[in-house]
Amino acid sequence: MASDYVKPRVPTVDKIAADERAAKFKQRSIKTTAKAAGLHLIISMIDLTTLEGSDTPGKVRMLCRKARRPMPDGDCPTVGAVCVYPPMVPVAVEELEGTDINIASVATYFPSGQASLDERVEEVRRTVELGADEIDMVINRGAFLAGEYGRVHDEIAATKKACGDAHLKVILETGELQTYDNVRLASQIAIDAGGDFIKTSTGKVSPKATLPVTLVMLETIRDHFLKTGKMVGMKPAGGISDAKLALRYLAMVKETLGDAWLSPDWFRFGASSLLNDVLMQLEKQRTGRYHSDRYLSIS
Amino acid sequence: MGKKSSKSVRDLLFGDLWEYATAPQSSDFVDIKDSYGHYIGGEFVDIGEETFTTSNPATEEPIAEVALGDEATVDKAVKAARKAYDKTWSKMPGRERAKYIYRIARMIQEKSRNLAVVESIDGGKPIKESRDIDIPLAAAHFFYYAGWADKLDYAFPGASVNSLGVAGQIIPWNFPLLMAAWKIAPALATGNTVVIKPAETTPLTAMMLAEIIDEAGLPPGVVNIVNGMGETGAAIVNHDDVDKVAFTGSTQVGKIIQRAVAGTGKKLTLELGGKGANIIFDDAPIDQAVEGIVNGIFFNQGHVCCAGSRLLVQENIHDEVIEKLKRRMSTLVVGDPLDKNTDIGAINSREQLERITTLVDAGVDEGAEMFQPRCSLPDTGYFFAPTIFTDVTPSHRIAQEEIFGPVLSVLTFRTPDEAVKKANNTPYGLACGVWSDKGSKLFRIAGALESGVIWGNTYNKFDPGSPFGGYKESGFGREGGAHGLLPYLEVR
Repeated sequence: MASDYVKPRVPTVDKIAADERAAKFKQRSIKTTAKAAGLHLIISMIDLTTLEGSDTPGKVRMLCRKARRPMPDGDCPTVGAVCVYPPMVPVAVEELEGTDINIASVATYFPSGQASLDERVEEVRRTVELGADEIDMVINRGAFLAGEYGRVHDEIAATKKACGDAHLKVILETGELQTYDNVRLASQIAIDAGGDFIKTSTGKVSPKATLPVTLVMLETIRDHFLKTGKMVGMKPAGGISDAKLALRYLAMVKETLGDAWLSPDWFRFGASSLLNDVLMQLEKQRTGRYHSDRYLSIS
Repeated sequence: MGKKSSKSVRDLLFGDLWEYATAPQSSDFVDIKDSYGHYIGGEFVDIGEETFTTSNPATEEPIAEVALGDEATVDKAVKAARKAYDKTWSKMPGRERAKYIYRIARMIQEKSRNLAVVESIDGGKPIKESRDIDIPLAAAHFFYYAGWADKLDYAFPGASVNSLGVAGQIIPWNFPLLMAAWKIAPALATGNTVVIKPAETTPLTAMMLAEIIDEAGLPPGVVNIVNGMGETGAAIVNHDDVDKVAFTGSTQVGKIIQRAVAGTGKKLTLELGGKGANIIFDDAPIDQAVEGIVNGIFFNQGHVCCAGSRLLVQENIHDEVIEKLKRRMSTLVVGDPLDKNTDIGAINSREQLERITTLVDAGVDEGAEMFQPRCSLPDTGYFFAPTIFTDVTPSHRIAQEEIFGPVLSVLTFRTPDEAVKKANNTPYGLACGVWSDKGSKLFRIAGALESGVIWGNTYNKFDPGSPFGGYKESGFGREGGAHGLLPYLEVR
């Protein structure tokens, strides 16, 4: 079936200069009150994730309980969502009942997406039925790299339709797209097709999320918003394991998209070990000292 | 009306939902003396009776009293330099000279934190620039030219080279230590001795360099630092026993110097003003180009001779680029130079602030449209908000004169030929930027620009290995690279 979708015109991206701009966010010095507020914001933006072949209901339960109460006591928000494989969604639903924490699930034959469109869409439908609030899909990178942009677009649109009320996050798998020009184009296609969020990576392919790739995606979101008034969310995923790096991402959001996006409604971190590092930093803020990681619960 | 309100809803809000807290660089560990004299013949000379005050442009508070060198002081310095040249430095093998230069480079690195803090206190530039650019580049220049010291015979194949003698050098206030490095490093590597005068508003890091040079054990008189004002510089230029004059500063003073040395046989290099064109084609990577515009004009408060102070943007993307630029400008942090998050620090002096204000007023009077982002400036100190003028035509003063501040004049062009014509429509010719994703266009335009430095898809990039210098009234001679050896050598 031939697609009616016309390849969008997107600005070119100069890699050296984009890397340089992204590196400037590393120079931002985020201390004292800004650090404390930023750390709280980061926790509320985390999609606490387990996506392993070895996941069991027990593991997912452990993760959900950590999501509800990241720290034994003290002033600490809950995370934005828990992110699991489709078969684990019912476990998460049970564990997170009565909380504001969303359940995200990776449908569409994550991480490769190598299945027919019918199979992928069907998986999305089933996963939403199981109770997922958010679907993290992967785009068809093969089709993208083969230049079948219309197909990539239409498949995302079909997935979006299958989501119903659930939010759709579109994973570009930027590590496979490789060039920033590709990232910019794929971001625009995902947005045009109705993605609520665009997301860098599955976490299974390296390089995972990087500052410059996220910057290119944020700039696409910004330009689309200014043109159409439609806000799209952003989720870097994979490789963001320490609080310091997460704060740099926040600075980048602040200076690229402004205040409106500094919210879990519009920005998420796909991460697992990030939460404990943020908690450790919060304790450091509170007590002035770093404690051992044996005081932090695992998830 | 309806259109306007929907547009404002759509705009991005760069507000205070999550503000960066102040992140001041501590400065209590630096030891700034109450007074500074000169460094002549390996001795720190007492301050004497004639002095001037150097002050902190961010607070307007005086920092130190500095000696004002007269003709007699300069004569003493030149004699010391001559003696050092004749007795030791010109006779020393290159590899031995290199050892001293390497030592200076390493010591700059060791003291980089102190130097960066003092540079920001004395000159007003943001600590992140003095820390990440000025001081590391100064060290890199010494390292680079140390490497040349024992290879001069191979630098210009087929020719033999000789040092000149005593180099008289005068440097500006915009990159105080870095300009000292640009001048001193190649002079020493080529076997010359030096009498250098730092700018009167920023003498402190040069005097710290004197301490480093002293500690490095450089033979007495090889580098002499004389503080002072314009007349001190004139005394250096006019001294009979100076063989070479190197000046970085305004075109106006450069012309006076060129007249003064005419017929004396002194070699001369001048690195003067500029009104750099930053040319943005419609096939450019737009978001990166916007960064390049910001870096081109707001780097170091625009106190950069090679600043991209004229933006030439293709007419069909003018509105898009300007909107993006304005939005980007509203995220710039203006204020305390010692805050690690400051993007734009203090204007170097009251005098410079007045000059910027005068030219900006002229821009408004002549009918150009001014934009400044909403930003609060500190109550004391010399600060100026980042400013752009649109609707500028080549006949405006702000399109012709060097403002040397955070002020950008935006002009448009329709075709590549018109871009080149407008870019070259200036008495200056120091630096230009060209932004296009098309390599062939980039090289063609670069070849047509009358400019000593041309950056492709970037701006304000410096490296000791890369020659820097001007065309037309921006001066002559090159600093950096193998080219930077030539002004200090006689080639036969």
